[in-house]
Amino acid sequence: MRDVAIVAFAQSNCQRDAGAQNEVELIMPVLQEVYKQAGITNAQDVDFTCSGSCDYQQGAAFAFVAGVDALGAVPPIKESHVEMDAAWALYEAWLKIQMGHAESALLYGFGKSSPGELPIVLSQQLDPYYLAPLWVDSIAFAAMQARTMLDSGAITELDMAEVVARSRNNALSNPYAQLKSDGDAASLLDEPMYMSPLRRHDCCPISDGACAMIICTVEKAEEWGKPYAVIKGIDHRIETHHIGSRDLSRSVSTEIAGKAAGVASGPVDVAELYAPFSHQEIILKQALGLSDDTVINPSGGVLAGNVMMASGLSRVGEVAMRIIRGEAKRGVAHATSGPCLQQNLVTVLEAK
Amino acid sequence: MAQLAAVVGVGQTKYKTKRKDVSIAGLVREAAIAALEDADLTWDDIDAVILGKAPDMFEGIIMPELYLTDALGCNGKPMLRVHTAGSVGGSTAIVAASYVQSGVFKRILTVSFEKQSESNAMWALSNPQPFSPHLNAGAGGYFAPIIREYMRRSDAPYDAGIKVAVKDRLHGARNPLAHLQLPNITMKEVEDSPMLWEPLRFLEACPSSDGACAMIIANEDLATKSPRKPAWIRGTAMRSEPTMYAGREQVNPQAGIDCAKDVYAQAGIHNPRKDLDCAEVYVPFSWYEPMWLENLGFADVGKGWELTMNNATSLIEGGDIPWNCSGGVLSSNPIGASGMIRFAEAAQQVRGEAHGHQVEGAKTALGHAYGGGAQFFSMWVVSADKP
Amino acid sequence: MAASAEVLSQAFTLGYTYTRSTGPIVGQFLTSLRNRKMVGIKASDGKVLMPPVEFDPVSAAALTEFVDLPDSGVVKTWCWVSHPRKAHPSDKPFAWAMIQLDGADTPMLHWVDAGEEVAMSTGMRVKVRWAEETKGLMGDVNGFVPDAMALLGDLKPNDATDTITGMEAPIYLTYNFTAGKATAQYLHSIKKGQLVGQRCPNCRNVYIPPRGSCAACGVPTVEEVVLGNKATVESFTIVYIPIPGNPIKPPYVIANLVLDGANLSFLHLLSECKNEDVRIGMRVEAVWKPEEEWGYAMENIRYFKPIDEPDMAFSEIGKLIDEGK
Repeated sequence: MRDVAIVAFAQSNCQRDAGAQNEVELIMPVLQEVYKQAGITNAQDVDFTCSGSCDYQQGAAFAFVAGVDALGAVPPIKESHVEMDAAWALYEAWLKIQMGHAESALLYGFGKSSPGELPIVLSQQLDPYYLAPLWVDSIAFAAMQARTMLDSGAITELDMAEVVARSRNNALSNPYAQLKSDGDAASLLDEPMYMSPLRRHDCCPISDGACAMIICTVEKAEEWGKPYAVIKGIDHRIETHHIGSRDLSRSVSTEIAGKAAGVASGPVDVAELYAPFSHQEIILKQALGLSDDTVINPSGGVLAGNVMMASGLSRVGEVAMRIIRGEAKRGVAHATSGPCLQQNLVTVLEAK
Repeated sequence: MAQLAAVVGVGQTKYKTKRKDVSIAGLVREAAIAALEDADLTWDDIDAVILGKAPDMFEGIIMPELYLTDALGCNGKPMLRVHTAGSVGGSTAIVAASYVQSGVFKRILTVSFEKQSESNAMWALSNPQPFSPHLNAGAGGYFAPIIREYMRRSDAPYDAGIKVAVKDRLHGARNPLAHLQLPNITMKEVEDSPMLWEPLRFLEACPSSDGACAMIIANEDLATKSPRKPAWIRGTAMRSEPTMYAGREQVNPQAGIDCAKDVYAQAGIHNPRKDLDCAEVYVPFSWYEPMWLENLGFADVGKGWELTMNNATSLIEGGDIPWNCSGGVLSSNPIGASGMIRFAEAAQQVRGEAHGHQVEGAKTALGHAYGGGAQFFSMWVVSADKP
Repeated sequence: MAASAEVLSQAFTLGYTYTRSTGPIVGQFLTSLRNRKMVGIKASDGKVLMPPVEFDPVSAAALTEFVDLPDSGVVKTWCWVSHPRKAHPSDKPFAWAMIQLDGADTPMLHWVDAGEEVAMSTGMRVKVRWAEETKGLMGDVNGFVPDAMALLGDLKPNDATDTITGMEAPIYLTYNFTAGKATAQYLHSIKKGQLVGQRCPNCRNVYIPPRGSCAACGVPTVEEVVLGNKATVESFTIVYIPIPGNPIKPPYVIANLVLDGANLSFLHLLSECKNEDVRIGMRVEAVWKPEEEWGYAMENIRYFKPIDEPDMAFSEIGKLIDEGK
């Protein structure tokens, strides 16, 4: 596979409620920012555009169509959309570059979750006969997953709190984060249970926002004269929806994707893992075989701000920008979707 | 560079108003199994699954690919979900092809579906949000004024749409999978059918269907070894433009023109009417046949209706460029799948597998889909001959 | 804050009733529930899966062999819901649990009515509390309860003998929708009886209703343009079918109208004329509701009606008007 360069990345603030900003108003500033970074004018200057979003977040069918209004798509552009996190839009664009149908691509993800009751909305992504009618939500499945691990001794509540404390501490240096604090793990354990065994801080917050990225061939990046990070491997996998058949203490699909993306073929300086719940970071770290030398979620991760449909792509962007800034040589980014990490995407990035 | 890829298996369900006998998983499974059987393969032979469907609100399941993983034998494999409005079936096929054309995967399954009967599709699109105009009369209400403007500009005879409505239903009567089976339909019957959105009559509009369509796309090596004839993918193209902007040409959208030019250039098509043997084109309302004949370069602007009136697009009348031999969207419309059905039927024609609606000796065919406010386009050209 | 005064929010419900067909496997399980019986399904490897899935998670094979199971088992994992949501099956605190029925090899999701969290533990035995009336839905299990709990209540037999093939699945989701900034400004104007569009700084076209951006140029729009009541018919349709929830009686005309000074049409009703007299290029003007009925809605304009002006040439409709004019 040919190397693909990430030359630009921008994200909005993670806001609990973006209020009167509609989708276009959320997207436009991050698009302008990546155009500036890449030194281009608009979507007309790339060969392909792809986005990720979910109609049900805003509660409107075809919500993604409004996104096209932000692109300046006159004359018409080559464009596509996944009803998934925009990390999968990155994958679609990466394939286009691999097959030679594009040399450059613009990607963006956006989500405005604030209007709805997100856990209840997400309950409707489960089996429509057995699960959705009970309105069991994604937090409940995560909580049961955490208890499985606590019961088996694989983790302790302190382990979970340490993930949260590190996330919030790291977020202090992330201007886009929603939740940040300098508290320690022990004090977090004093907090009351939210959905036992999860405390509220074990769960990612609900955020509105958007992010955008520009990728291209290495040749194009050199031509543009922009610094870049290189996608060395990328793979995504899904596993069974029959949760009772899964070993909830593992993420088998992440293991497969990590192997296929080549995580183990070098040291990993930094990893951004899409773990919406604290214990899932521990599962993912194991699934990817990351050692204690790897800095995990230096941005604070999604526990500090989670723009559904954009956060996965933002994980890739966070790693890429650290590599571009010279803070890391090799990194891993992960995105997820579905209950208990059902679907996962892993990207391996390196400095040029 | 892009690797060669070909369609080696096609599976479709029977299209019906309500498929009451199956779950949603059962519906997609039926198409997928048919495609596997057509290609003489099993689940283990599939490297990835690419799923497409129109808005999740049709079935009320958010990202149904999560739940459909097991029905599609995808545990441990890649699954990607495309949604590009009505063009999604076509876009999904194109994304699926790129899994193979990129050289990353050898053989993939792609499936599109809609089980519209679980809700009431037309009104699912019309759910008013606060602070938006509540004047929504469904898709027909959106497209009827555009059709009226086409009629004014082209001075087409009033019955060109009626003619398409009859022709596509007669084609559909040759396709046992088609939803509407109207072998005795007449011009008068269409003309006398109730007016819905003037100038569009009931029989000039597509039905609402349940159904699924699946294809297996393989790389050069595996396609060559496939038991049945492959349909080689000669070109794929997509174009999008905003729904509304000042000066937008709605009758003859630029995105459609550009998309066609792109796919023709890849496939070496210079004169689509001559170089293609048939086309499966997304025509949900009768008048869109003459409109797309012009948009896709089969006729000069303002002259598309002449091909329709001269039977050029009729398989039964021996037209030189049959359109929608399967009966088209006017005969079956499971929205999320409708675009993929066009792509799959084009493949079946060049594979010589279209049976009762086969164009004799078809070598090269166009598959076309559009969506949104006629703003999202996807197309491919497939051929019996390996490039 | 001035900005927040401009914010327009309103709750709305995205609600549909879905009628699902179940297929034979899900249907048979729901039929069993209606008869207050539990059944699992045998997987390719011989394991008994709960609830019965149509397709094997590992081999992808279609599964068909049902296995009768008792209605009691063990909690494998659980979580505690101290503040149930409105949609939840219990309005008192309860547990979600993965429960492995005796004889099954996988646990199934349901809820446990244990009263308080301390009564819950992994490994505890629970049994089904059947609903007094069964309907062939997951809710026929009115939660599980600790094994020791005595179950009273009058279980009405369900005499239905047909196999279930479908189920009702109403889904009502409530959203608090907030209008975008441009839309809010526009609606504030229309509440005062004014039609105010926005001009693109790049292509100079005028949009009404404005959306805060020019879709063609992909740039924000800020400059406001006050427009009048007169418009031209760009195209139209005569709608003959009734729209649920729409009080207008068919047939009626919905027209694409371009306001004078604007460059993009919007849809509105056309009235006070014969439907057959409506034509492209026809000149019309807005008929407003009485001022006391004005709200934040385009419906402040009841409809447009024809005016006695010559038709506009087709080529002129919606075209950019010289700013000097």
